[in-house]
Amino acid sequence: MKTDRNFGVVMILCALAYIASAYNLPPGSMFDKLGPKAFPIIVAVGAILSATTMILRPDAEPDWPAIPTLLALAFASAVLVAYAYALKPFGFLVPTAIAAGVLSYQISPNARHAPIVGICLSVGLFIVFKYALGLNLLAFPRALMG
Amino acid sequence: MDIFANLALGFSIALSPFTLFLAVIGCFLGTIIGALPGLGPSNGVAILIPITFSMGLDATAALVLLTSVYYGAMYGGRISSILLNIPGDEPAMMTTLDGYPMAKQGRAGDALVISGVASFIGALFATIALALVAPYLARIAYKFGPAEYFALYTLAFATLGGMSSNNQAKSALAAFVGLSIALVGLDNNSGFNRFTGGNLHLSDGVDFLVAIVGLFAVSEVFVFIETHGKNSAVGVALGKVTIPWAEIWTTRWVMLRASVVGFVAGILPGAGASLGSFMTYMMEKGIAGEKGGFGSGVAKGVAAPEAGNNAAAGGALVPMLTLGVPGSGTTAVLLAVLMTLNITPGPTLFSDRPDVIWGLIAALLIANFVLLLMNVPLVKIFVRVLMVPPAVLMPGVTMISFVGIYSLSGSYFDLVLMIIFGIMGYAFRKMDIPTVPVILGILLGYQMENNLRHAMTLSDGDWTYLFSSPISIGLWIAAVLGFVAPVFLRGMLKKPEMRNIEDLVD
Repeated sequence: MKTDRNFGVVMILCALAYIASAYNLPPGSMFDKLGPKAFPIIVAVGAILSATTMILRPDAEPDWPAIPTLLALAFASAVLVAYAYALKPFGFLVPTAIAAGVLSYQISPNARHAPIVGICLSVGLFIVFKYALGLNLLAFPRALMG
Repeated sequence: MDIFANLALGFSIALSPFTLFLAVIGCFLGTIIGALPGLGPSNGVAILIPITFSMGLDATAALVLLTSVYYGAMYGGRISSILLNIPGDEPAMMTTLDGYPMAKQGRAGDALVISGVASFIGALFATIALALVAPYLARIAYKFGPAEYFALYTLAFATLGGMSSNNQAKSALAAFVGLSIALVGLDNNSGFNRFTGGNLHLSDGVDFLVAIVGLFAVSEVFVFIETHGKNSAVGVALGKVTIPWAEIWTTRWVMLRASVVGFVAGILPGAGASLGSFMTYMMEKGIAGEKGGFGSGVAKGVAAPEAGNNAAAGGALVPMLTLGVPGSGTTAVLLAVLMTLNITPGPTLFSDRPDVIWGLIAALLIANFVLLLMNVPLVKIFVRVLMVPPAVLMPGVTMISFVGIYSLSGSYFDLVLMIIFGIMGYAFRKMDIPTVPVILGILLGYQMENNLRHAMTLSDGDWTYLFSSPISIGLWIAAVLGFVAPVFLRGMLKKPEMRNIEDLVD
């Protein structure tokens, strides 16, 4: 109930912003009758209509996980973002081992297995990607590799 | 006959040792992907696309590899359905109904063999039918102008949206979200940037591969973190596998009927393999009646849905290849494969690139025989793969997704975007908003807009042009029906109750 309503409102606001942004685009010409703004406006109006339906006829509340789980999910996302930024400067092996280890621990909290899983996945995948598939990956930071 | 010449061309391409090697690898990976709960044909193919392209394979080789994975995953889904009562992927859901009871009676081996043969019959029938039907549909597709294509895209959204959620408004919203994402970036017709907010990374638009991998694969990791991978395999046992010839023979008509129905269900846009297996199971249950014992572990109960879903997987390729409109999440992913290879699906594909089309069909035929071998005599190997704990599997899948996208674009921006799509996929799933229409919107948005603009320019701004030909009127009517009909059908066709996962313990 509440989730659907809130999400519907957010979607309507996004769609309105989308329309506002589309309005600044130039109108069509002889060779392109509709121009770049018409279709985005059609799409946004469609989104507003379906979001309004969601607000008027919401489904039952989804079973959102409890706060600790939500925090765990937020933490996982943060680790993945950090991993995305670390991949280039720090090379493949170390960031992958850490990220894979953290995810593994989060799925099944076992403090002894998770680091092993992380290191094995990191080394194993590196060998597969680099030597079997021929992808261009750096094992360690460029500075260390000389 | 044309078709033999065409097939000969196809086999001359597909029978090279390297292509055969790729087909075998693809089938093997595909079966594993299908068998593992949490990985199915759509996300399995999705995580492999970027890697395939970074390997620099040519178009035919990449297609052979990825479609072998697709067919393999359709075969593999049944393995965990039968052994664990957990469908390895969505189309294999109906196989749990009779497959798991058979396994509990100690007949897991029989169930695996019968369903493997049924998969083979279904997929073989569908591949042959694809080779026969697709060229004709391609000829009709030549009559399509921009107005018809616009209507056709609407039809694809409508039927897919109608099928994929319990709430039409949510599927429609998902489609609009996808379309609005597709429009971000440089507009090729006018040369203006749209909706980029001044971000340079966004002027190239959102790469659909990033969206697909995020929505299908990364979101899965979040689900596993939430559930701690409870629904996974522990202690699977499988005795000696023998081939129950006599029992297979008793299911011959079931397999053939299910193949035909499954293929037709697959062709319908938006229906896909899940509907194929659902329809065939219900049909055979009805034909067998009370005495058939469906649901208690009968051979026909595993043969029907497996032949049905594999035939539907082949059928779903027909609209994707001839019209460029995918009928399901997985074919949407395969469309992404073609688009990345710079191959435009549609009628011209048959005349301009016969090597691709017929090489693909030949490869599918070969893949089928490889899969029959892997899934009947060698099925034990895959059962062992089911033992991989999710705490190893899911981090591995995530890392593969990251490396794939990273090696394609080399930018952390795309990786962050992929994570955002992952979070979005998780939230949408919780709210029961289907993600497949989002993908379809991102894939088709650009062409949908182009066709609309083209149509409006041709008609000098007259909107009635969209409804001016019999073909387009037919498509619009079908779109409305496809979107609205499931509301009424839902009451009539209640899905049979799935057994609780807790039953696993006994």
